[in-house]
This record gives sequence, structure tokens and C-alpha cells, in this order.
Amino acid sequence: MVVYWTDGLIFFLVIMIVLLGWRTAGKEHLRRPWRKVAENRMGMVSLVVLLFFVTIGLLDSVHFYPDLEEGSAHQSNEAISLFDEWVTPIRVQDEKSYSAPFANRLFAKEMVELTDGQVVWDYPRLHYGGAHLHDESRKTADIIGLAGKGMLHGLAIWLLAIPLIYFLKQRTLKGVGHNLIPIFKGETVLPLRAIALTFLFLSILTCSAAELALHYHIFGTDKVGQDVFYQALKSIRTGLMIGTLTTLVMLPLALSFGILAGFFRGWVDDLIQYLYTTLSSIPGVLLIAASILMMQVYMANHEEQFASLALRADMRLLFLCLILGITSWTGLCRLLRAETLKLREMEYVQAATAMGVRRSVILVRHILPNLFHIVLISVVLDFSALVLAEAVLSYVNIGVDPTTNSWGNMINSARLEMAREPVVWWSLAAAFTFMFTLVLAANLFADSVRDAFDPRRAAD
Amino acid sequence: MINYIIRRLLYMIPLLLGVNLITFVLFFVVNSPDDMARMHLGQKYVTEEAVSKWKSERGYDLPLFWNDEQEGIEKVEETIFFEKSVGLFFLNFGRSDNGRDIAADIGQRMWPSLAIALPSLIVGLLVNISFALLMVFFRASRLALWGVTLCVALMSISGLFYIIGGQFLVGKLLMLVPISGYDTGLAAIKFLILPVLIGVVGGIGSGARWYRTLFLEEIEKDYVRTARAKGLSETRVLFTHVLQNAMIPILTGVVVILPLLFMGSLLTESFFSIPGLGSYTIDAINMQDFAIVRSMVFLGSLLYIFGLLLTDISYTLVDPRVRLS
Amino acid sequence: MIKRILLAMGLGVTVLLAACSGEPLNNPYSGENQSAGETLYNSFSERPKHLDPARAYSSNEYAIIGQIYEPPLQYHYLKRPYQLESLSAKELPVVRYMDKRGKELPKEAAEELIAWSEYEISITPGTQFQPHPAFARSNSGKLLYHKLSAEQLEPISQLSDFEEAGSRELIAEDFVYQIKRLVSPLTHSPISELMKQHILGLSDFEKATAKRYQQWLKESGKKHFFDLRQGEIAGVKVIDRYHYRIRIRGKYPQFIYWLAMPFFAPMAWEADSFYAQQGLIDKNITLDWYPVGTGPYLLAENNPNRRMILERNPLFHDAAYPLEGEPGDKEKGLLNDAGKKLPFIDRVVYILEKESIPYWSKFLQGYYDASGVSSDSFDQAIEFSGEGEVGLTPAMMDKGIQLQTAVTTSIYYMGFNMLDPVVGGSTERARKLRQAIGIAVDFEEYISIFLNGRGVASQGILPPGIFGNEEGSEGINHYLYDWLNNQPKRKNLEVAKRLLVEAGYPNGRARETGKPLALYFDATSSGPDDKARLNWYRKQFAKLGIQLVIRATDYNRFQSKIRNGNAQIFMWGWNADYPDPENFFFLLYGQNGKVSNGGENATNYQNSEFDRLFEQMRNGENGPERLSQIRQLQEIIRRDSPWLFGFHPKAFSLYHDWYKNLKTNLMANNRLKYQRIDSEFRNKKREEWNSPVFWPIVLIVLLLLLVFIPVWYIYRKKEQETAL
Repeated sequence: MVVYWTDGLIFFLVIMIVLLGWRTAGKEHLRRPWRKVAENRMGMVSLVVLLFFVTIGLLDSVHFYPDLEEGSAHQSNEAISLFDEWVTPIRVQDEKSYSAPFANRLFAKEMVELTDGQVVWDYPRLHYGGAHLHDESRKTADIIGLAGKGMLHGLAIWLLAIPLIYFLKQRTLKGVGHNLIPIFKGETVLPLRAIALTFLFLSILTCSAAELALHYHIFGTDKVGQDVFYQALKSIRTGLMIGTLTTLVMLPLALSFGILAGFFRGWVDDLIQYLYTTLSSIPGVLLIAASILMMQVYMANHEEQFASLALRADMRLLFLCLILGITSWTGLCRLLRAETLKLREMEYVQAATAMGVRRSVILVRHILPNLFHIVLISVVLDFSALVLAEAVLSYVNIGVDPTTNSWGNMINSARLEMAREPVVWWSLAAAFTFMFTLVLAANLFADSVRDAFDPRRAAD
Repeated sequence: MINYIIRRLLYMIPLLLGVNLITFVLFFVVNSPDDMARMHLGQKYVTEEAVSKWKSERGYDLPLFWNDEQEGIEKVEETIFFEKSVGLFFLNFGRSDNGRDIAADIGQRMWPSLAIALPSLIVGLLVNISFALLMVFFRASRLALWGVTLCVALMSISGLFYIIGGQFLVGKLLMLVPISGYDTGLAAIKFLILPVLIGVVGGIGSGARWYRTLFLEEIEKDYVRTARAKGLSETRVLFTHVLQNAMIPILTGVVVILPLLFMGSLLTESFFSIPGLGSYTIDAINMQDFAIVRSMVFLGSLLYIFGLLLTDISYTLVDPRVRLS
Repeated sequence: MIKRILLAMGLGVTVLLAACSGEPLNNPYSGENQSAGETLYNSFSERPKHLDPARAYSSNEYAIIGQIYEPPLQYHYLKRPYQLESLSAKELPVVRYMDKRGKELPKEAAEELIAWSEYEISITPGTQFQPHPAFARSNSGKLLYHKLSAEQLEPISQLSDFEEAGSRELIAEDFVYQIKRLVSPLTHSPISELMKQHILGLSDFEKATAKRYQQWLKESGKKHFFDLRQGEIAGVKVIDRYHYRIRIRGKYPQFIYWLAMPFFAPMAWEADSFYAQQGLIDKNITLDWYPVGTGPYLLAENNPNRRMILERNPLFHDAAYPLEGEPGDKEKGLLNDAGKKLPFIDRVVYILEKESIPYWSKFLQGYYDASGVSSDSFDQAIEFSGEGEVGLTPAMMDKGIQLQTAVTTSIYYMGFNMLDPVVGGSTERARKLRQAIGIAVDFEEYISIFLNGRGVASQGILPPGIFGNEEGSEGINHYLYDWLNNQPKRKNLEVAKRLLVEAGYPNGRARETGKPLALYFDATSSGPDDKARLNWYRKQFAKLGIQLVIRATDYNRFQSKIRNGNAQIFMWGWNADYPDPENFFFLLYGQNGKVSNGGENATNYQNSEFDRLFEQMRNGENGPERLSQIRQLQEIIRRDSPWLFGFHPKAFSLYHDWYKNLKTNLMANNRLKYQRIDSEFRNKKREEWNSPVFWPIVLIVLLLLLVFIPVWYIYRKKEQETAL
């Protein structure tokens, strides 16, 4: 077992969110907007998709050192994650170079030695992709068969899961059929039908992908023959980390400075304003580039602390989040300051002040809760922007470590692949599909959160 | 008003000083003058002597912030920081580390950047506003929902896709415009069509969505209800009342980015080989040309602060209720 | 919506208007450029740093100044192996050896006796410098522009703004002047240290000049230029107007190759004096940006932000296309222009092009005349025949594109830091470890994955084409290869594993502790390809059970690690300065240790036997004796394996049918003057390949309209509703 910095932080974040949710659940006025989110069909569907991504990301954040061989006393010095362990076949089934999705031969011709010793210039068979096929012409049928098998699995899991969930909730199976009917008619307050259908869709998709990935490279392989599907899945963690950990860095800064500036005014305000104007007027790219380089210098000077590749990559990811947080807190801080200025003049705050309530109490009791909606909205909105930003940063070589799997890195290498003829499109397509799904889900969820929390819209 | 402006202008000095300090620290924590010299002197047969010669010629052989060997005020003056910073405040950027005049380069590269940014901004504004108005007009209908989803979808696509896709489609398959390049004068138009088009399409998602929120906010207000109650048609309400009143946040939003248009866009310029300012800074970082980095950062912050000031002033101009104090 | 339609229509109109003008719509060059004579289109991705011949040292700089400055010698364009011939010199200089007392020694004299060698160079009378304002004189013979007043400077923004231009005959003095510039305190020549070791008296001259320079700084206040004509280098003398002489300490036969590099091209003092004026420096008009030479071209426009244009030098001396080449050149049409006056192309336009994708697309559209083959455009352009021969794909052949290949005179190697306690040192254990790794790291696979087969796995330090490189069974690295079926075959992995056992790491674990062996690979990470590449290295080491930890960093940090000896394993390369084995073996010479002496021996390899043999070999004449020395040297380094000799890349270049007289020449910098463009044919092809496709635009407009109809319908309905 090994805990990387980012792993620790992400689980810290999860615990925080759970705690926060637990506290919220007890208070009616806080629950109300959440219930509104829950009633929004689009919001819930995207939440399910998001949770699906998060689950993969979290599974990918529990690292341990695998044993070198079965029962060996020594462990490999490259840690792998639970997720890696789970998808081991596609992790290790490397081909030699490019191969197209569902291909059973390499993408480029090579000298192939036939069994009779003759050498021809042809597309060689892949080591793993479709290697089980004796008759290559049966490939399509085989693929459809495998996909169908996966679909059935998916359906079966879903059919079993629904009564199970019902049982766990109601502690009895009585009246399952009767109670499920309104759900499928779409007559419940919460969009349960949509949620159930999304589950069905995801479980079918996962099962058939799992079934297919064992025998084919669903999204082909990259230049050194690594499975692109696996890379895209691994990238989920990177995307999530950048989207969430940055928030973790940004929030305390923005919250404390924003409130302090708005509440105390005077020289505190001047100082904080000075700070964030200075920071935000330096081009972000430069700040990021310099910090990344700085970290590399640090790592070069303290080599013994960063003995493994994963450790370095992790440090770089963490640093990137840190620096993105530092460059992006200023916007939220400005918003919070303005809102605090407004809240400060509210009657109830004035009254509290007049009654001699301590300032710290006013801050925590009256100001902080009323800023919550702004924080929430901007955090959810920022998430997708940050995931997209990662791709651009990789282009300038100041993104995550080149050895980290990330959509940015995939897109960046795809830049060259696009110029090939025939085009190697699958890396780009895979990165695009996954990133698009995540960002779209996040954006749609953000929309519903905003609709529910924004007091001006709450009237709708 | 004049007082306010003067005060704000004076306020710029500590701001710029801070920016300069941060740039300086960031750059020199990472790159020692030795590294810079080696970078500039090439790879083969570089000796210590050549490195120290390079440094002394460009004034990088001084201490960074504090010169102990000197007396009095010179302790501060005879340092890299002081020597390199003072000129900036008089907009005297000096020469880059490989000997070119920075101001001349900036003056030259500014125009291509503007030539892309300005049309993209104007066309983008028109397209985004019309799209947003349409969505508002059909609000609460299936059409508007699809519109918003389309916006989100467009937003969720990385900027690189638009560029690579656009070049592939328009330049390579349809052969309508040159794939990349640039020319001066009117001949530049055919090079600009594609980047501007891509800039506009790439911006529709976030732009239209943002304007839609502005309009929606406006449409809830009482005067709009009154107007509607008077029996004005929906189109009239939208165009005369809502659009006009939403102009204030739109305008101020545009004003703040106006000065920054000079700085150009890194991605677009690299892919279309347009010799603008966007790639200037990144090239300089890669070549470790500190003189250029520091000048560009300084210029960038200057323009940013200037933009903020412009926004404040434009507020008072469009909304008489706002007073600057 | 209406606005968008208007926009689309506007776009359509612009497009149509442009279509009427008769040239392809996507032509990136405006009409005026095409009219005047034959133009070649080329590109640069990064602006050259220096165009001063005393400072420039990288290939992108040489691509430009090679056409402008003419050093005394050049490489023959067609002949192989590379051969020197005269350029601005009249003929090849003859070297004479002298002893301590100045007495001439016979050619085969022992090296210890030779005190200095002397090169006497004579130049052809009547050669002129390019027209340039620095030479402009008034009727009374006074230089016009050397003391520019503020008013004179006012209208000047680039060099072409000067009204007058003059020229002058090239004399021996100009060559000597340039040698002085190599050590001038004003120029930082990268080879100054090297030349000070060889040219007699250069070091003393530098010291004296530096002193004089300090004096000058105090006195003149930089008012006039720092004149290098004062003072003499003991070893460099002007004999008369057309003759000069260089004396080299001891024997250094490689010096003659340096005479073919722009460092030794003539420089007129007038140019130096002209460009020293502060007023011009402030306008970015310096010698580093506007060269003044005698070559076939002159730099007419220099805008490093956008493009650079070379134009034919009207005063270029007589020069003719070579009459003979290597066998086969005649059949390839390379001698069609034999004896004709050079140059053929009138202008060369270099355009800034940062990304490789647009460049490649534009090449295929006919807007660039030649292109390299990147690893990603490879499959589109090249295919191998059944016998493994390289050829173009049918798509390329349809376009009439031609292909040329040549093995470059460079080597990429994996170096082991010999100071490292694990992989370094000359113990038997470390040597076996290195050899085992050498077998495991399969560079043939590297070449096939990352270079698409464009490379040759190295058997030793010398690339093909350099004296001492041997093909066939006697040339293989028998520590890592076997000779099978008439070709080298990498030894079996079992051999490597056995070596590893002998080295004390069975299965990649240390025998004593059982801990897996972890080695460190220092790399620079820059491009998108790097991830794949680093993964590949890890896979190679994993074959032996060794865990490779990759320490990626930026190039600066990488260099300083090498400098301080903190690296363990790394990949690096060397590009030959001149085609002589000395230029490769010196990379492993003990005296050149990176850590000890800051030299070019990055692995810090030290072997006294090797050093002794190298000292014998370096100054020898190519012949059987030198060959046997080289064989011994190769044997030593193959056994010690301080390097895994990686590969020699093959340069593939593609060019269009209209581009003639092209032959890959890796040494010559001044290839442009031999080349020819058939621009009429090119224009025809360009039009043929670039007929725009309009229907999608029409389709999009129609589609928008189609969307508009239901919108309009709903709009009407809604309008009526509110009216009710």
C-alpha cells in the first residue's frame, strides 16, 4: 500500500464532501435547493455519469506495490492502482505499434516472416488483439457476439440490482412490482426512471466494453502499442484530480481573503486587492511554466526523494493543481468580496453587530452561509474549464508529466497523428469521447446546480 | 473623475512593481544566469570563459537584489533587478538577450495579433448575441433546451480540436484558403478568414450561454413586464428593452478585454504561423530570453490594469447612477 | 441568424472574388512574389539566432549564411566520399611542416618534430563583395555611411532604405580580419577556445586585444568602431593582396576542414565599422542580422518574425556547375547543367512555419518545394518493397514527388556515466552489466518504431561515409552482435542474461540482497512523442528484470547534470563537424572529460590505452596504418561499452518534380546555388492540385436556411400568441 499525495488529498476531499452532506441533510433550508437539483432530470442523469467517472477515478487512486511474482518476497517498485489490477489484461497486452480499433493486424506494413521462412512485406498479426481468431473473416461476427454477451451481462446485473436496491431500502421485497410501476411510468417526483435508464445504459456499456477489451483493442493502440482505451480510462483520474484538487487549493484562499477584504475593509481590503490584482495581471501561462520548471529543479536537486517515475509524475500533478489554484482563486475572491460588502450592510448583520456579537461569530454564522451558493456555483463551473485547460497546457509542455496518462497528453500526441495518412484518429477520438462526456456531464450538472441555488433564479 | 483616474494611475506603480518582482523571482529561481548564457551560446565547445563574458556583457554578472560590495544607494542600484526594472517603467524595453530591439519587435508583431483578435471579437459578439437572443426568444421550449445543450457541447470541445479540424476541413479538403501563413496589408485577408472563423465558432458555446444568462436576468425585471403588459410584441420587447439594457454588462465585459487583444492567442498563432505576440512570450520562455519575458509580462499587466480602469470609466458613462469615488 | 447568413455570404463573395483573380484560392503567396524569376520556397520554424559567420554554429543558421558567405574551401557537391575543393581560395592550400627553427620538414616527418604547420592560401583576384551601403563611397572616395548623422538615420528602418550601395574587391586582408574577429571581445565565437589551441599567436592576440578594448571603452565612449585591423596575430599573415598564411601549432590535419566552414569566410572591415554605429544598432540593423558576403545570394529581406528572402547577388563571381560527379549522377540527370553558370534560382523565400502539420499539407499542395519526412507522415509517403527496398507510395508518385535518402554523419548513443558507482567504472562487473544492457536495448526496434526504419543501428562509433567505418562481418560489434545470413544479428537475450549473472545480478536482482536493480535514465522531455519513447526504454530494461527509473527534466537541467557527472544513463547525439574519424573518437578521449575538463566527453570515459592510440590516430593520414589504429580503438570501446552505439539516422527528403539538381550533401552548406526550379511547371501543378471545393459551403448555407424555416414558423406562431 502506498499513498501518493494526490491520493490522500482526493480521499480527504471525499470525506469532507460526505461530512458536509451529512450536516446539510439535517437542515431543511439547506436541503431545499438540493432537492430541486434532485428533481432535475438532466441534472440527475449527468450526476450518475459523473459518479461513474468518479468511481473509476477513486479506484485508480488506491495504489499498492504488486508482488514481482506470485508469492515473491520482493515487490515491484512501480506501484499500480486497484483499477490497474482490475483491468490488468488490457494494461499489459501491448502490441508493437499502432493498430486500429478492433483490428487484428498492425496498422503499418512490416517485414513478416512466414512459417515457411519466407519474408513478405505485409500487415503482421497482433499479439493480443483478435489473436484468438483462427479465421479472420469471422471477426465481425465475433465482435457482435462478444458485445451481445456483454450486453446480456449488463442487463442481468441491472435486473438483479433494482430489486436489491429496493430490498435494501424497504427491507422487504413485498410489493416490488407494484411500487416500481410509477417509476417506469415516470410518475415519481424524483426522476427515478431516467436514473434507472442511465444505470442500465452504463452497465450495458461497461459490460460489453469489458467483454470486448479482453479480446480486442476497443480504441486501438498507440505508437508503442499501448491500449488507447486503457489510457483514456486512466486519464479520468488525472482529469478529476485537476478539476477537484485545484478547487481544494483555491477555496481556502478565495474564501478567507474574499471575506476578510469585504468585511474588514480598510487596509486589509487594500492589501488583498493589491494581492489579487497583481497576481491576476501576470499571464497565467507564465506563472504555470515557471512553477513547473521550479518544481523540476527541486526534484533534480532532491533526487533521492523522488526515486520512482510515479512519484515524480504525482508531484508534478499536485504542483500543477496547486499552481492552477493559485492563478484561479482571484476571480472567486473578487466575487466573494463584492458579495460580502453587500451582506455586511444587511439589517441582520447590522443588528448582530449592534447587539455586540463577536465579529468572528458574525462571519461564521451570518456571512459564510450566505456566500455558499456563489462558491458552489463557481466551483462546479470551474471544474469543466479546468479539465479543458489541462489539454492546452500539455500543448505548451507545462501540463502534467509526459508519462502521466491524460487527455491533454493524448490530444497532444494526436496532433502529429492527425497528419498521418491514413489518419490515426483513434487516440484523438478516445480522448475526445471521454473528455467530452465528462465535461458535458459536469456542465449540465453545474447548470442544474446553478438553477437551484441562484436566488435570482430560484423563483422560476 | 479626473482625481479618481489620477489616483488609479498612481496605484499602478506598486502593482507593476509587484508584478515585476514576481516575474523576476520566478524566472531566476528557475534559471541561473549561467543557464541563460549556455542556452544562448549553443551546444558545442562552450567554455566557462565564454559564459562569464556573455553574462558581463548583458549585465547578468551582478547580484540579484543586493550588492554587498557597493556603498550606499549603489547596494540596491548595482543589481540585476534594479538595472533591468527601471527601464520598464519608462516603457524602455531595451534589447533582447540575443540583441534585437524588443520595442521594435513588439510594434511589428502586435498588428497580426490585432488583425485576428479584433474581427474575431466583433463577429463573435454579433453571432453570440443573435444566438443568445434566439434562445431567449424561444425560452422554455424544446428548441431553447437544444440550444443550451448545443452551447454546452460546443464548450466542452477543446480549442485544439477546432483548429486541427478547421485546418483539415477548410484548408486541406476544400482548399478554400491557405492552411497557414501571413501577409501584410489586404493580402492578409485570405490568411485571416480561417483563424477568425475558428475563433468565432470556438467561442459560440461559452459566449452565447453567457449572454443568454444576461438577457434572462433582464427579462425578469419589472419594466419588461410593464412593456409586455402595454401590448408590445415580444420582438420589440427583446430588441428595444432587453437588448438595450443588457448592453451595459456586455459593453463593460468587452472593454476589459480590449487592451489584452494585443497580446494575441498562442494556439492560433502557432498553428497558423501568424507572427503575432501570442507566441512571442512562450518562445522567449523556451529560449530563456529573460529580457523579452519581463517586457511582455510587464506589458501584459499594464494592459490588464488599463482595462480595469477603462471598465470603471465606462460604467459611469453608460450608467449615470454609478459614481467613482 | 440573419447576420450569420450574411457572414456566410460575405465569405462566399470574398472567395469568389479571389477565384476570379486566376490563382488557386489557397495560394499562400501573393502574386507579386511569383512573377520575378525563379523562386524557391522554404521555411524556418525558429528564427536563427545569429547570422554572423563568427558566431553562427547551428544548421538553421548555416542554411542561410552558407549561401551568403564564402569560406576559402567547400565540399564538392556531387562527389563521394566528401571531397574538399576551393571556393574563395584559388586552389586547395598545400600544407608545409616546419620544425622549431623554421626549417621545412618532409611530409612524412614524425609528429614530435613538427613545431608548426603552415597553410598558404591564395585567392582569386577580381572577386567582389555584394552591393552594400557599407562600401558606398562618394565621388571623392570617402565612405558615405560610416558616420551617420541623426538626419541620415531618420528615414532608415531597414537596410534597403539606404540609397547608395557600393562594392569592393575581396582581398587577403578580409580573411585575416575574420580570424581576428573569432577572438574579438565583441563577438562570442563558439570556436574561439578551440582555435586558440591551434592557431599560433591567436591567444596572445586575444589578450592584447582585450586590453586594448578596455582602453578603447574608456577613451572613445563607443563613438567610433573598435578597429581590429590594429595588431597582428603571430601565426596569421597577409603576404600580399591575394595571399595569406596561417600557422598551426604542431600538426593538425583537420584544420583544412575548418577552412570550409563559415567561421573562416572573409569579412570586410567596412561592414564591421558600418554596423558598429549605435544609431543602426538601435534599429536592429547589425551584422548579426544583415550579412555582407561574396556568395551567390544576399539577404534582401530579413524579418525573423515572418520571412527571410535571399536574392541573387548581382556581383557574384564566375562559378560553374561541377563537370563530374560520382558514378550514376549522370543517369540521374545531375549533370545536365554541367559547366553552366551558377546560381540558377533567383530568390529563395524562407517562411516562418511553426507546426509540422501545416508544412506537410502545404508541401502536398505544392507550396513548398521540398520536405523532410516526419515519422508521422511516413506511412503516407514511403513504403517498402517486398525486398525491403525503400520507395514512394503510389499517391506520392502520382504527384511526381521524388525521394532521396542518405545516412547522416551523426550518431545517437546511450551513454553510461563512467563515474557512476553502479554502471560506470572499468571493473569487469560493470563492463558486463553494460554489455548485457547493450544486448537488451534493441535499437533495431527503436529505429522501426520511432524512425520508421530511417536509421542504421550502429556497430561502432563511426557512421558510414567516414573513414574507418567498415561494413560487413569485420565491422560488427561482436560483443553485441553475431554475423548471420550476411547481416549482423543482435545476440540472444539469453546471452545478456548470462552476462547479467556474471555481473552479479541474476534476473536483475542483486545477488547479495535480492533487491531488484534499479537504474536511472536521465532524459529531457519535450515533445508529445516522449512518453512513448520513455516507455520503450523502460520496456527494454525490463527484459532483463532491471527497473529503469526515468528522471525527466528540461534541457538545461539535463546539461548541468551531465556537466556535474550526476547523470547515470542518458541518450545523446553528435553531429560531425567534418568528415574525419577524429571528430568522433575525440568524444571519448580522456582529456576531454566533461566533469574534469568541461570537454565533450559526456560519459567521462577514461582509458589510457585508448587515449594513447587516439593520440597516434588523430593526426595521421588516412591509410592502412590509421585504419588499424581505428580498428583497435573501436575494439576497446566496444568492449568497455561506455556508449551503446545507438544508431545513425537516415535523412529522407522529398521534393517535387520541378525541383532539379538535388543531391543530399550533409557537409556542404552552400547547396542552393546548384539547384534549379521549373516554376512554370510548378504553377501548372499548383493549379491542378488546388481547385477549391465550393459545394459544402452552399450546402451549409442551405442547411442553415432549412433550419431557419421552422424557426420562422414557430416565431410567427409565438408572435400571434402574444398578440392575442
